[in-house]
Amino acid sequence: MSSNTTTATTPRQWRKAPFIANPWLRWGLLIGFAIYAAWAITTLPFDWARISEGMERAARIFGGAFPPNFDRGGLLLKGFLESLQIAILSTLLGLALSVPIAFMAARNIAPLPIYLLGRILIIVARSFHPVIVAILFVKAVGFGPVAGILTLTIYSIGFVAKMLAERIEEIDWGQVEALRSTGTGTFTVLQFGVLPQIMPRQIGLSIYQLDSNLRASAVVGIVGAGGIGSTLMNAFGRYDYDFALAITLVIIAVILVSEAISGRIRKNIW
Amino acid sequence: MLRISRLVKRYGNGEPVLKDLDLEVPGESVVSIIGASGAGKSTLLRCINRLVEPTSGSILLNDLELTTLKRENLRKARRRIGMIFQGFNLVDRLTVMENVQCGRLGYIPYWRAALRRYPAEDIERAFQLMERVGIAHYANKRADELSGGERQRVGVVRALMQDPDILLADEPTASLDPVTSRQIMELLQRLANELHLPVLINIHNVSEAKEFTQRIVGMRFGRIIFDGKPDDLDQDAMDSVYSGTSEDKKASAPDTDKVAT
Repeated sequence: MSSNTTTATTPRQWRKAPFIANPWLRWGLLIGFAIYAAWAITTLPFDWARISEGMERAARIFGGAFPPNFDRGGLLLKGFLESLQIAILSTLLGLALSVPIAFMAARNIAPLPIYLLGRILIIVARSFHPVIVAILFVKAVGFGPVAGILTLTIYSIGFVAKMLAERIEEIDWGQVEALRSTGTGTFTVLQFGVLPQIMPRQIGLSIYQLDSNLRASAVVGIVGAGGIGSTLMNAFGRYDYDFALAITLVIIAVILVSEAISGRIRKNIW
Repeated sequence: MLRISRLVKRYGNGEPVLKDLDLEVPGESVVSIIGASGAGKSTLLRCINRLVEPTSGSILLNDLELTTLKRENLRKARRRIGMIFQGFNLVDRLTVMENVQCGRLGYIPYWRAALRRYPAEDIERAFQLMERVGIAHYANKRADELSGGERQRVGVVRALMQDPDILLADEPTASLDPVTSRQIMELLQRLANELHLPVLINIHNVSEAKEFTQRIVGMRFGRIIFDGKPDDLDQDAMDSVYSGTSEDKKASAPDTDKVAT
């Protein structure tokens, strides 16, 4: 591939080196992937008849959904307020648990056994998608917002504790050393040496998580964990497509607003 | 009175950074420690307040053996050892007053620290010291809004708030411009006299060391190879401190002090 045939008279050539240097590997991967894609497409059971039938059904649903029906605004508002409740409570609960777990899971301040425990808690909290966790909690504590709150608390821990632990591992150690050298006790060192350094990230993560929980609360509601998601599911179940569209529009509007607010706040403190 | 004898510090299995080091600092004297980077100056200072664990040897501060202290006793001993850092090491996002109060955190009960209920006499003392070094009007400013020289003054006041028996200054002027640097050295010298404190200063600037301190200690590869008055530090002594002998070089050139900056 490489030909170093430069002489004084010909202009020197330069070409960007390929991403994968070994030509056999490079072409092998490309061809292998093309073969797999072709095989995957040809073996999938595409039933065109059913797809066209589905299209008809979809058209009927959308036809029934227009115009959106806001008549049952009270029900909509109730579902939405419940979602907000779920989001706020689960964020508070999740944050209260995330901060100590984050300190446990930061290698630079926690001893090894505590570090491992903290990391395991985070990994467990992150392993399952909130919908799966919600299904478990709905089975365990029944339909309704409690299942939603528990689900999103775990979801919050998985994200906030992990990000915060990473921030703690990046702190300026000099500030901690300065406090230790004055004979300050361990917990006071954490409060004065570590906490101020991670505070901007902590606030940013909290707002992001509130935003994220509000969105997720609509999703976990679909499997029965309360909130606007449950309202939406009920509307679908009763073929009230116009009401379902109204709910969907409200969800989109709320998420747009909350995203704008949280984006603005985070920009100002990050 | 600080008495260090046969102090050894070794990182891992490498060549020791401090080799059987002996040093005695009687009360009220200001001592400069000079030497090339990697000579072990920072390690020496950090062994005294145990930010670095000594491998062997003894460090006596006013007849208290520091090297064997555990947890609570170590914490109590550290309260009486003030340290000033090259990078200031202030808590950037706290106010000047809170940074200064950090020097008292070892003395006050946990709940007072947690609720930021600093004792009235500590606040008064803080204002006095801040007035003394000219930063009292910054009490409510955040530490990261200050200039380098002002920050180092905060660092000095924080150390003095500890009511220390000794002051350790690890290259306190290395991050400062020449004028500010001289001001800080002058301040340290005067405070040492006023408060009758022994002060150990790691310093790269030899002319400042000569001007502001009464005793200079020269380190090379973990040993003290010069100890005398500023006037005794002639060209020969400088050469031996900063170039070392070939035998020493061969023995220790590859390992550089991990902590020294």
